Amino acid sequence: MDDNFTLLKKLSETSGISGYEQQVSQIISENFAPYCDEIKGDKMGNLMAVKRADKDSSNRAPRIMLAAHMDEIGLMVTKIEEKGFIRFTSVGGIDPRTLLAQEVVIHGLEDIPGIIGAKPPHLTNENDRKKSVEMEKMFIDPVLGKEDIDKKISVGDLISIKREFLSLHGDSAAGKAVDDRAGVLVLYQTLKELQQLKTKVDLYAVATVQEEVGIRGAITSTFNINPEIGIAIDVCHATMPGVDEEDAAEMGKGPAIGVGPHVHRSILQRLKETAVNYGIEHQIEPYPSPRGTDTWGIQVARTGVASGLISIPLRYMHTSVETLSLTDIKKAGQLLARFIASLDADFVEGLRCY
Amino acid sequence: MLLKKLTEAMGVSSNEDEVREIIKAEVEPYVDRYYTDMMGNLIAVKGEDKSGPRVVLSAHMDEVGLMITKLEDSGLLKFKTVGGIDERILVSKQVQIGKSKIPGVIGAKAIHLQQKEEQKKPIPLNKLYIDIGAKNKEEAEKLVELGDLATFTTKYSQIGEYATGKAFDDRLGCAAIIELMQEEEFDFPVYGVFAVQEEVGLRGSARAAYAIEPDLAIELEGTSASDVPGTEKHGYSTTVGEGPAITVMDSSVITHKKILKGLLKAAEKNEIKYQYRRTNVGGTDAGMISLVKEGIPAAVISVPCRYIHSPVSLMNLDDYQGLKALVKGYFAELEKEGF
Repeated sequence: MDDNFTLLKKLSETSGISGYEQQVSQIISENFAPYCDEIKGDKMGNLMAVKRADKDSSNRAPRIMLAAHMDEIGLMVTKIEEKGFIRFTSVGGIDPRTLLAQEVVIHGLEDIPGIIGAKPPHLTNENDRKKSVEMEKMFIDPVLGKEDIDKKISVGDLISIKREFLSLHGDSAAGKAVDDRAGVLVLYQTLKELQQLKTKVDLYAVATVQEEVGIRGAITSTFNINPEIGIAIDVCHATMPGVDEEDAAEMGKGPAIGVGPHVHRSILQRLKETAVNYGIEHQIEPYPSPRGTDTWGIQVARTGVASGLISIPLRYMHTSVETLSLTDIKKAGQLLARFIASLDADFVEGLRCY
Repeated sequence: MLLKKLTEAMGVSSNEDEVREIIKAEVEPYVDRYYTDMMGNLIAVKGEDKSGPRVVLSAHMDEVGLMITKLEDSGLLKFKTVGGIDERILVSKQVQIGKSKIPGVIGAKAIHLQQKEEQKKPIPLNKLYIDIGAKNKEEAEKLVELGDLATFTTKYSQIGEYATGKAFDDRLGCAAIIELMQEEEFDFPVYGVFAVQEEVGLRGSARAAYAIEPDLAIELEGTSASDVPGTEKHGYSTTVGEGPAITVMDSSVITHKKILKGLLKAAEKNEIKYQYRRTNVGGTDAGMISLVKEGIPAAVISVPCRYIHSPVSLMNLDDYQGLKALVKGYFAELEKEGF
């Protein structure tokens, strides 16, 4: 099996809900280690893989940061009913309609399987079936005796969706938390590509925390690293029935280069040039209101950072069957590696010249 | 593990082959003979030359699922349901299609692109589709044909006395008959009927009964348990963990009094915990069997399952063992008393 598929499968199937990214972080750390000089963590839980410049001078090399968030959306226990059924809320944005009859894992004292249920169909009437079931009306049925439920599950415990990562036809694959473990894979691919290239900048490849609840890890890690350039790698919507092409990129047609107020014009220009020069298939994705990615946090750290955004087109975002093309990850890695190799102090100096 | 093997197999109504092959291999060393009929039912016979009442134990091999009805230019697949499925449970699930088990997913528009109002309504079936990764119709055609059947991909798992998985309705009935035939010797002829097409209108089992002409028939089923929040206690229908459920009447059959009395007697005598199925909604193959020829005395015993007809159900394995014990106990009565 393809190296990227294997790692993405492992990352997708591991639980790492916002604030609780430790397990995912561990896997990333192990896999990134052979391709970088140093791996560091911070107080928030962000993970930084540092690859220093192949420099020949004593001048400080410019710093570039790549950020992909490793947290995922999930659920949280809000109440344990008398009979042991669990009420829950969401961590991050989840369409409740994607949850019915879903297997989950409750992260109590130990991992406990459960099933999301609602009022059974034969007890619902015609009118009920015309409405979707609200999250407040759903419950989780923990597969555990009542006494153990009280001992092992508490309010505040996190719950993740149980979903095997699946290879589809061609280079497509589907699973949960592909938003943004796909971005983490792009970091991995970039680090691998850079083994063959010389760089004049220090690279910080960062797996950030708590993006899904408000871009939090990117804010603190960018402060910490203090880079001149920061690029977020996230997912964007891919075309599908009911989604206008205006709002989406096409799966399998290469990474999408973000355009908008959050993207520094010179970074955009250099990314596009690099893609064209090396014949890397890519798309342009306009983001007029760019709140939804780490770029939002990176751009405004300290005195400001020249930021960019690379996105992997993704269908069915925030469901448990998020679908992508693995080729897009590879191409994004190639693009970023070539981009990084093209950077030097002069280019960085020019970023302040308007 | 038998339940794992049976429930993970694909067997949407009319495409029960995989299940049938598993059952053949399981029963072969233990039965006089087995055969299939015109419908596709599998009948395994044990103690055929014995005197005494001819008994049918029936369970259906098929499960609810999906049928591919259109290949879109985009390579996406339109589908319809086969058997009763609440369409609201289909979103964000994995499926496998056809004999080569092509993997696919049922997606939905991202929450970010929805209007607030959209979430209040279920996504209608005609707006759902399966994504197998095909980039266009030509690619899809190489993998999938119109009419191919699809199931969910749920894996069986067991924790303590609980089991979760798909197609408990009615692979647990199949498993029970298989195990009874493996574990027991009978003093009278027993016909294990593994039926096709129950979920699309109780089509299969009665045709086997027509040929067998049994003196009585017992249907072993997975039935719905509604002992969950949002349901008043009187609406529970059955309760998980309270033992096998005995049907007195459902929409298809009134259990034959003589069998009912025998089952209750067997339960009391052997101290088998049992419950009544407390709804008369829903029918089973027993109803069709009971109307074969001049009529065949029939009964239904079932294991309560939560979230039936969905990608994942839950049952209590003690209830399952209770179901088997109840049949064994009743058979002991039959041996003594006849029918």
